[in-house]
Amino acid sequence: MDTLFLARSQFAFTSIFHFFFVPLTLGLSIFTAILETAYVRTGKEKYRQLTKFWGTLFLINFAVGVVTGIVMEFQFGMNWSHYARFVGDIFGVPLAVETLLAFFVESTFLGLWVFGWEKLPKALHAASIWIVAFGSTMSAFWILVANSFMQSPTGYAMAAKATRLELVDIMALLLNHNVWQQFPHVLAGGMVTAGFFVIAISSWHLGKGTTERNAFEASLKFGAIFAFIGTILVILAGHSQMQNLLKTQPMKVAAAEALWESENPASFSLFTIGDEEGLKDVFSIRVPKLLSFLAYNSFEGEVRGIKNLQKEYEVQYGPGNYMPSIVTAYWSFRLMAGSGALMLFIALLALSRVIKESYTFSPLVSALLFWSMLLPWIANSSGWILAEMGRQPWIVFGLLKTEQGISPATVVSSTELMISLALFVTLYAALAVTDLLLMKKYASAGIERTE
Amino acid sequence: MDLQTLWFIVIAFLFTGFFVLEGFDFGVGILLPFIGCDDRERRTVINTIGPFWDGNEVWLIAAVSGMFAAFPDWYATLFSAIYLPVVIMIMALIFRGVAFEFRSKHDNPAYRRFWDWSIFGGSVIPALLWGMALANFIRGVPVDSSMNYTGGILNLINPYALLCGITSLLIFTLHGAIFLALKTTESLQKKAMNFAKKLWAPATLLCILFMAFSGTETDLVTHLGINPGTIPVFSVLALVSVIFLLQKNAAGWAFVMTSVAIAFSTITIFMGLYPRLLVSSLNAAWSLTIYNSSASDYSLGLVSMVALIFIPIMILYQGWSYRVFRQRISVDSELEY
Repeated sequence: MDTLFLARSQFAFTSIFHFFFVPLTLGLSIFTAILETAYVRTGKEKYRQLTKFWGTLFLINFAVGVVTGIVMEFQFGMNWSHYARFVGDIFGVPLAVETLLAFFVESTFLGLWVFGWEKLPKALHAASIWIVAFGSTMSAFWILVANSFMQSPTGYAMAAKATRLELVDIMALLLNHNVWQQFPHVLAGGMVTAGFFVIAISSWHLGKGTTERNAFEASLKFGAIFAFIGTILVILAGHSQMQNLLKTQPMKVAAAEALWESENPASFSLFTIGDEEGLKDVFSIRVPKLLSFLAYNSFEGEVRGIKNLQKEYEVQYGPGNYMPSIVTAYWSFRLMAGSGALMLFIALLALSRVIKESYTFSPLVSALLFWSMLLPWIANSSGWILAEMGRQPWIVFGLLKTEQGISPATVVSSTELMISLALFVTLYAALAVTDLLLMKKYASAGIERTE
Repeated sequence: MDLQTLWFIVIAFLFTGFFVLEGFDFGVGILLPFIGCDDRERRTVINTIGPFWDGNEVWLIAAVSGMFAAFPDWYATLFSAIYLPVVIMIMALIFRGVAFEFRSKHDNPAYRRFWDWSIFGGSVIPALLWGMALANFIRGVPVDSSMNYTGGILNLINPYALLCGITSLLIFTLHGAIFLALKTTESLQKKAMNFAKKLWAPATLLCILFMAFSGTETDLVTHLGINPGTIPVFSVLALVSVIFLLQKNAAGWAFVMTSVAIAFSTITIFMGLYPRLLVSSLNAAWSLTIYNSSASDYSLGLVSMVALIFIPIMILYQGWSYRVFRQRISVDSELEY
């Protein structure tokens, strides 16, 4: 089989799987830290128990997040050796800084938190989980600095011998617009993931008539606020990210909208079945002018279409196909944004129940609150699929194509890739099952039993 | 000193820290199925490294990301060359990492036994493979003029590399046994001491054998001179002294000496490499060096600042965490894992 296809599949599989666990780590670490702070400040036993309960779920999730992250540290060299050589001077910097600033802090203070309940003073113990949360957030920041370089490169120059790119301006790398939109977007995504996770589990316990009503009502309250604030932030950050993309990667926007031709004012697609070969609609429902409004906050303004951009890129970069998979970009965007809209609705529903202090749910509301837990995961994954697949054929936008980044087939053969991919799929499937079973066991056990 | 040399030292330092620190928790993991008679004892063994193992493992991640940032070509050539061994090593670390967290969260004995053996395998494999990797760095692997690996997996499995792998495996196990003797009480402590005494002779013998073969299999001798200086000599002497310290029940000093032995032998290998990073067995001129593989001075300067500020701080807080958890753990302690 084609090594490029296998290498891409492996990268997609291992990073999407890794990112199943990252947002919950980001959000739940802060959530647990808030609960423990409430315990330190009020001294109420309820908050200590809640810290332990949510902390245990956090740890089960964290363990898988950490170990699947190890792969990420190696695989740019393993499968993408030309990429690693070509951009290592830039891309390696945030990765190294991430390890030195974030991973050491996270791992050491998590050890202190897990094993230090009896050994550390209360305030210092609570500080440890805050430091873990800070470490995870730092880690997200630096990895997004690295990813932003792939999305819209800044601060680099071509080396004298034209064999690689070199970093010339670290501030330009850090102040990349993409960083400052993607970072809040991912952080808010973490809040949303944790918020809906907490809502689902708390409402499940309340619906079952738990004896620990008091504690789960408190959790639901925190969770609903978390989910609501997070959803608002994630939508706002996502919106500004989309506007920025129009400048840096207009092709990604056009593909996400299945906008074949440039339009002014541009319409927004509600539902399109397209013909990707013929580059035209088979069937489409569109809202006039809405895309221009989303893009420029005005009902005027041109949004460039796929065909026009393809022609522009041929002039700029030479002959070639500069279109990503339209169907992937289009539907991943719809899955992400659609989940976002649903989440806003459900967060409001949960919040209104919390405000009214009405904690008895009809079967429908129960089911909604529980299953909405899946929405953040759908949105997180489809969002990254859009970000990465929508950038194709580039691995570093405008500078290096994905097919050029791969390790030579003479070094890493397709046989080796098939073996590694099969091993990862098998192992990760087993991990996922074990993780879910343990999560289920500890989430449904309730607070007393977690102690 | 130029920035390339500085980063060579930083990466050598991170690998040294990884072997010394993760070395003992690999050792504990290897001994786990043999030293714990019942579930309570095995849990105690795991809890001795509970707060530390993850922080220790980050030393490896830091070394690898440092390779990427400072010597992108080394990172690219190396990990594409040793592709399948790296996959196996990563899988081992994955099994091991989740095993600590998952093991005691379910009561079924078969479930727990499965994770115990995962911790065992997850410790044996990286301990063996990293020893083999280091030996291959210095022995040389077929790398062509454009820094691409031209060999297969069999080039990596040679007697010299195997010897180094088994040596590191045994020394880590010894190191872990002494750590357990320091961290446990009563019967576990006694058993750990016995393991340490039994492991000492084969570990020391192999270490000396490895040093001898390094003379014929690599250019270590021409590189360092006939008198290799104090560091390699002391690494062997430190290891030799361990048995005397164990017989006097001075486990603390014995642990210091295994740490010195591991640190000094790692440093010896890196001294033998310098200024090369990966020796090409095809043509000496094709070897990867700190100069032909390095990042730009600008990037090196940046990561140097970060490393020189944050590595000392990291050592302080990791040291503090070792202090917080300095007490021995007995089977009657409250156990988290």
